[in-house]
Amino acid sequence: MAEGLKIEIVSPERLLVSQTVQSVTVPGTEGYFTVMADHAPFMTTLRAGFITVTGDNSAEIFFVRGGFADVSPEGLTILAEESVPFSEFDHADLQAQIKAAEEELSRAETPDDKSYAQLFVSGLLNLALEAEQLNGAHIH
Amino acid sequence: MPSLKDLKNRIDSVRSTQKITKAMQMVAAAKLRRAQDAAEAARPYAERMGRVLSSLAAVYDGQSDAPVLLGGNGKDQVHLLIVATGERGLAGGFNSSIARLARDHANKLLAEGKTVKFLTVGRKGHDILKRQFADKIIETISYRDVKSIGFAQASEVSQKVQALFAAGEFDVATLFFAKFNSVISQVPTATQIIPAKIEHVEGEGEIVNNSAVIYEYEPSEEAIVEDLLPRNISVQVFRAMLENSASFYGAQMSAMDNATRNAGEMIGKLQLSYNRQRQAQITKELIEIISGAEAL
Repeated sequence: MAEGLKIEIVSPERLLVSQTVQSVTVPGTEGYFTVMADHAPFMTTLRAGFITVTGDNSAEIFFVRGGFADVSPEGLTILAEESVPFSEFDHADLQAQIKAAEEELSRAETPDDKSYAQLFVSGLLNLALEAEQLNGAHIH
Repeated sequence: MPSLKDLKNRIDSVRSTQKITKAMQMVAAAKLRRAQDAAEAARPYAERMGRVLSSLAAVYDGQSDAPVLLGGNGKDQVHLLIVATGERGLAGGFNSSIARLARDHANKLLAEGKTVKFLTVGRKGHDILKRQFADKIIETISYRDVKSIGFAQASEVSQKVQALFAAGEFDVATLFFAKFNSVISQVPTATQIIPAKIEHVEGEGEIVNNSAVIYEYEPSEEAIVEDLLPRNISVQVFRAMLENSASFYGAQMSAMDNATRNAGEMIGKLQLSYNRQRQAQITKELIEIISGAEAL
């Protein structure tokens, strides 16, 4: 078996993770992707979502918002605008954001504004769904 | 000659000043530790950002179609000076040395016939610069009530700067802050942030070679660069703010240390003259008593 994948998750305020793991699933702008050792060099921006870090017999989840991932021969570096462990993820705050975004949508007048706000709302709703799934909670 | 009572009052007041400066020094030392930790924690992000950006920017080297944040808008007329200082004084020459660097830079630009605008981050810088450039300060951002500077504040500043740039308010932006070397040495520094100056890290030959590996980009290389450049400005501002706060506490600590020592010296001198006078008075009284007894 190939040796593990070296990953680093860095937010502007601190270095969250620096370890060698089996695989990492990352929310890229164009969809989730999983990186394992010896992945081809690859760079992408990220959307808000959850990073799953899978070790030998454990999995850790991190919330990430904005930033980008850099897969190089040395490993995976995630430069996140904002990143916290899933246990610290603030569900109430997300709900508040969804509410604010929905209000924004109802106020939007031009089609451009509307589609932008719609995109924003659905992004947040998706995020809430994912969070609930990860939590094992009942989905409404 | 001040009386004994006057001297006693002076000594008491200097002593209480010394207590205050001593306390401030200790508070600054504790805060410095935290500021230094924060600055260190932010370093990996900035380093990796610089690395990624320099490998991406290499593509645009010498090309004219580079994004404006990287290649500039082709003009060099209006300069924006972003001056980051502390919110408080009592830190020796900390605030004034940053302001002086910015002022010298501004005067040089003005002499060349350029237009200069200021954006001050921190109340003290504004106070100093408004004496000479009151009409040129376009905005002042103050984080007096913010307990510890986070990335949120830095991105707020950077968004303001970018909005100004997008509105064509300036062509070149330079950031002024004090780089933290050690507790006793903080160096006022100027960094140009728009158009971005990409630093090529020296002595890291292998990494530069690795960037020659063919990358796949998603969504596209241009999109990533476009996304990265504004973020880089936030990171630069954030780094400057953290360096600044570490420098500020360092400067305050050594300033207060000096003040405490000076107060100690002063107390010593005052105590000496107090004792001399007291002794002189006792001698005088003794003479009076003895000569009075002899006269009887």
